[in-house]
Amino acid sequence: MATKSTSNRIFNFTGYTFIAILSVLSVIPFIMIISSSVTAERSILRYGYSLIPREFSGQAYAKIFGFPDDVFKAYGITIYNTVAGTILGLFLTAMTAYVLSRKHFAWRNKFSFFFYFTTLFSGGIVPWYILCVRFLHFKDMPLIAQVVPYLFSVFNIIIVKSFMQAIPDAITESAKIDGAGDFRIFIQLIFPLSKPVLASIALFIAIGYWNDWYLSFMFVQKSSYFSLQFYLYKILSAAEALNRIQSLSGNYVGEMPKENVKMAMAVIATGPIILLYPFLQKYFVKGLTIGAVKG
Amino acid sequence: MKSSNGTFFLKLKKYKTLLLMLTPAIIFFIVFSYLPMFGVVIAFQRYTFDGGIFHSPWIGLENFKFLFMAGDILSVTRNTLLYNVLFIIVNNVLEITCAIVLAELSNKYFKRISQSMMFLPYFISWVVVGAFTYNVLNYESGAINTLLKSMNLEAFDFYNKPGIWILIIVLVCAWKSFGYGTIIYLSAVMGIDGEMYDAAEIDGANIFQRIRRITLPSLVPTVVILVLLSMGNIFRGDFSMFYQVTGNNPMLYSSTDVIDTYVTRSLMTSPEFGMTAAAGLYQSVLCFAIIMAFNYLVKRYDKDYSLF
Repeated sequence: MATKSTSNRIFNFTGYTFIAILSVLSVIPFIMIISSSVTAERSILRYGYSLIPREFSGQAYAKIFGFPDDVFKAYGITIYNTVAGTILGLFLTAMTAYVLSRKHFAWRNKFSFFFYFTTLFSGGIVPWYILCVRFLHFKDMPLIAQVVPYLFSVFNIIIVKSFMQAIPDAITESAKIDGAGDFRIFIQLIFPLSKPVLASIALFIAIGYWNDWYLSFMFVQKSSYFSLQFYLYKILSAAEALNRIQSLSGNYVGEMPKENVKMAMAVIATGPIILLYPFLQKYFVKGLTIGAVKG
Repeated sequence: MKSSNGTFFLKLKKYKTLLLMLTPAIIFFIVFSYLPMFGVVIAFQRYTFDGGIFHSPWIGLENFKFLFMAGDILSVTRNTLLYNVLFIIVNNVLEITCAIVLAELSNKYFKRISQSMMFLPYFISWVVVGAFTYNVLNYESGAINTLLKSMNLEAFDFYNKPGIWILIIVLVCAWKSFGYGTIIYLSAVMGIDGEMYDAAEIDGANIFQRIRRITLPSLVPTVVILVLLSMGNIFRGDFSMFYQVTGNNPMLYSSTDVIDTYVTRSLMTSPEFGMTAAAGLYQSVLCFAIIMAFNYLVKRYDKDYSLF
């Protein structure tokens, strides 16, 4: 018995230490970003980034919100993308999954494979890009171009479908006897019953839209339609390019965004996720474990 | 013939509502997935903007010939493969270790809080991750270099040393995704029959023996399936990750350029659409072949887990 408790103690000590270190390492970057966004610029330049601000300054935020138009516009675009994409995407995913989960639908396997095959083989990004730009004119429709391409994901459809398949037939049978059609059964019964899985899927869809910079990068030409992440990327990459030229040539090439301003932008772009995270995290975890049963 | 047509139309009528509900998805996947599949023909054309897909001249395999003669495609393929193998090894080892340790620890609050902390990076955009990487590593004011300078050591120019980026990208990828994988493995560990542990305890097994003799062997199926599934994507790279973490820095292409960044960059900068499409098709065919191969392996291992 003595050896057993010793080994337990060893395991617990190393285990707690190991997990604690990893947890701290996971959040340190966030602390550093937040801390440097409220640090005075000269302190960053002299001492570099630190975990606790050496010299507190709200200057970076004052500067960003001194000319708030661009930031607010980007925020508006991202909020629009996220809300429109999540509502539409969730409804369409659920509706598609519902049809594929109906046992009396004899063609369900054929259609499932029709969707599934797109994950096995793709034409690559070039034909996709040409189609979007030349035939769908996405470059002229930034509000559509930044929402539509992510509306469906085969992976999400499969997760929702397997959840709906597990709902007992008895529930829908009685509705059917009462004369309810397939669409009504979906809206009034299956959709509400699938709330647990739909909540998680909605969160993952929303995070995808919120964090997206790629569709702006591909299709958006006017800066007033840039999504928040792409706007942030533009600021950062301009600064890095200037910095690179400066260090190669040794010449001063112009004023670049200050370090603390860049970090404040990163905080502003990530803020809502961090704020909502503690409340929503359990839905994410639930979604993952539902999906893990059979991805 | 007539009767089968008859039942077809009967079914069409019977499934009217269901088919109508399926229509948005069908249109979506035809437009965004199936039409581009036919669009691969431009890989065999000298694509011009005026000619478009229907009137550009056919040139057979010329695009592929130039693609492989230019040589870049082989090095980016090698990079893609190398990174994915490293990701699979590093991430899985880290995730399995964390899951096993978390499952054995008893403090509920510690477990919940640490899991939340480890899962957080998963929700951050690659743009922000890229910004952070740059601020830690850059030559003038990066955190590491200011630290080195404060100790009177010479600053290290990360953006001039392509080799070290293999390590950096593997670390960044692990940092961002290991919380996610840990949760998946943790749910697998929790699914192990508790009676086995009780029996082992009665037999006097200590915690290390329990992990080695019960937990690890019970996890093998999950590990095999997850690893085999990720093998299917071994020729795909996460464009956002590679593009943002390196800041698309040309100095680092030799060790950080993967097929996806190579293709996307060519698409945005080069007028040779045909050749870029050829590179994309080359990747799709590689992926398809490898998925087929690994699906065959999964099927042999356990039929229930095969993809189709």
